[in-house]
Amino acid sequence: MADTVQAAPARSRRARGAQAPEPKTDAAAPDAAPPAADAGTLVGYYRQMLLIRRFEERAARAYTEAKIGGYCHLNLGEEATVVGLMAALRPTDYLFTNYREHGYALAKGFNAVAGGSGGSSPHQPSRAERVMAELYGRSTGVSKGWGGSMHLFDAEARLLGGYGIVGGQVPLAAGAALAVSYKGGDEVVMCQMGDGTTAIGAFHESLNIAALWNLPVVFVVINNGLGMGTTVESSAAEPELYRRGAAYRTESLRVDGTDVLAVRDAARTAVERARAESKPYLLETVSPRLKGHSVVDPARYRSKEEKEALKAADPLARMALELEEAGILSADDRDRLDAEVTAEVDAAAAFADESPAPEVSTLFDYTYATPVPGELRRLPADPVFGS
Amino acid sequence: MATVTYRQALRDTLRAEMLRDENVFLLGEEIGLFEGSYKITEGLLKEFGPRRVRDTPIAEEGFVGAAIGAAMLGLRPVVEIMTINFSLLALDQIVNHAAKIYGMFGGQASVPMVIRTPGGGGQQLGATHSQNVELFYSFIPGLKVLAPSTPAEASAMLKAAIRDDDPVLFLENLALYNTRGELPAAVEDVEPAEIGRAAVTRPGTDITIIGYSRMARVASEVAETLAAEGVSAEVVDLRSLRPLDRQTVVDSVRRTGCAVVAEDDWLTYGIGAEIAATIQEGAFDWLDAPVRRVAMAEVPLPYAKSLETAALPSAESLLTAVRATLRATGRITPGTDATSPRPALEPVR
Ligand SMILES: Cc1ncc(C[n+]2csc(CCOP(=O)(O)OP(=O)(O)O)c2C)c(N)n1
Repeated sequence: MADTVQAAPARSRRARGAQAPEPKTDAAAPDAAPPAADAGTLVGYYRQMLLIRRFEERAARAYTEAKIGGYCHLNLGEEATVVGLMAALRPTDYLFTNYREHGYALAKGFNAVAGGSGGSSPHQPSRAERVMAELYGRSTGVSKGWGGSMHLFDAEARLLGGYGIVGGQVPLAAGAALAVSYKGGDEVVMCQMGDGTTAIGAFHESLNIAALWNLPVVFVVINNGLGMGTTVESSAAEPELYRRGAAYRTESLRVDGTDVLAVRDAARTAVERARAESKPYLLETVSPRLKGHSVVDPARYRSKEEKEALKAADPLARMALELEEAGILSADDRDRLDAEVTAEVDAAAAFADESPAPEVSTLFDYTYATPVPGELRRLPADPVFGS
Repeated sequence: MATVTYRQALRDTLRAEMLRDENVFLLGEEIGLFEGSYKITEGLLKEFGPRRVRDTPIAEEGFVGAAIGAAMLGLRPVVEIMTINFSLLALDQIVNHAAKIYGMFGGQASVPMVIRTPGGGGQQLGATHSQNVELFYSFIPGLKVLAPSTPAEASAMLKAAIRDDDPVLFLENLALYNTRGELPAAVEDVEPAEIGRAAVTRPGTDITIIGYSRMARVASEVAETLAAEGVSAEVVDLRSLRPLDRQTVVDSVRRTGCAVVAEDDWLTYGIGAEIAATIQEGAFDWLDAPVRRVAMAEVPLPYAKSLETAALPSAESLLTAVRATLRATGRITPGTDATSPRPALEPVR
């Protein structure tokens, strides 16, 4: 097992060629050698990554079938980052994300849930079912159909929402961490964002505030190389994004986001520092996105060669190979897992399909938490006063 | 009953609410050591310490967003934004996040926070420091927008705002801070106001004058002047700009048969426009004259005193509009400012 863990970074650098980031840090190196992961843990990570992959493929298909509307941003290529990050959190830790969030909603707290991602009994819908139902706009969705792909929220999992305004979630995460420290709790808040977000004012304001106030928040920049079609190099004066931590005296680290164990170990360092010292941390994971910005984006801004090269960056294929080479997961085992996960995703789609749309009579239920008597509850053609 | 300033009412209420609920805390620029740009938070850092009274960097978007995040976890932040002009830097957080979180996530998280912020012209502060942009916030479902005009209202509404589970924009007007009024009880015992209710602050029969914040006070002055001339003006103080209490406005206009709306911001697309439309929808048949609106001149507010004074609505400008409306109804005779006997109020059908 230890061999597998040790070997992973070397193989990853070869596989990704020019895209390979050297692990970089402005902080001290992680205190100890990363703990070895047992076979069960590794297979668990692989299964989660596979679930995200199959879920996203299914979401893309459902989108083309017009079962999913609006925008739909996928985690394809970012599975190792998602699973590695989530593996570093306790179930009681909080998570804020942006709109590229399906994977996070599936994986938050997965390592605490027996049997992976939740049961599939009809009375207790699984996480995958509730997330898919949200994408379908159904009342059984995690946000009751009010959020859609960009606004998943799961109070139980302490996923405090996906946000669609680039950078909008970053101050919220700092504030949640403020509440944790105000109450004297030991939870950590993780805030996921894309590379493009680091140019937004809210990012800088939040890092400054979090450092000044010693807030237990881990800012995670998923550097997938692009904000829509704009490259990091053309939008960031300092494209090594983790270095921005220095401006706020915040420890920071860059990690290979296609290596689930590297991400998990870096995230553990970040999370535990935040927890133990009540200090923010900036983590950058380099994880190329395999497809377009959203389902409908054919990514014409990428050259053919680039698209070819991306195949080598596929974290799922890479982990499969590593597990096979280490004798942990045979091709047969993999097929069996795949069938299992595919069935789970099929069930999620079926659940979403069969779930009811929210009743129109509930349209005015969520304007205010403290309702106001006499508040205007008018449909477009209704008169304001009587009829 | 004690006579207090609007400023004192706010300060005492903040203090009382902090004593009452450990989850209530303050944050904003210069509210601690400096004791507030307008001294609303005077003495509070000394009494409660930096955990409860938190000075922020000049980062409106950042600290307003942080307050929203803290509120999502159950704290009750009361944010001071130095003036409403600077709230524009936090517009994304207020409009896209504070207002939307409850609905967007199907009611799973609420944002029980208050943003206190003063506004208003008349201090020769120039174009970027003299605006009333409450309209931007009043436009947005999910927010509650309050604009009390007296110390008693300020206290009752601030209590209601702090105890409410939704984000509340609490608008103060610089011109009101030193005005005085009586509190109905010791500040700890002031009853929280009912959010979303307008008040008929002065009953009358000849005309309805509708205002909020500073202009509600000006409306009361004008009503006083008119009373001396034998005209009975009813004053409606909106107090809550969202939710808006249309019924109280319409009921009043149905009684008086005419109305003037007074607001301390620009006319076009404004709050006065909304009130005028409301009257049209709810009291058209009762109207004896068109609804008039009194608002700021539509310019970036100039610095020069002569220009600034001319641009802002005042008791004189409101009085002019009220008299013109009364003349149009025949309630006062053209050419005089004296009243004529009031004609019977038959609805025009
Ligand atoms: C403030 C703002 N500006 C622009 C957009 C439109 N937009 C949506 S996603 C996106 C790219 C963001 O890139 P990045 O932060 O790197 O995240 P990624 O999509 O790579 O996950 C843009 C410009 C937006 N949603 N919000």
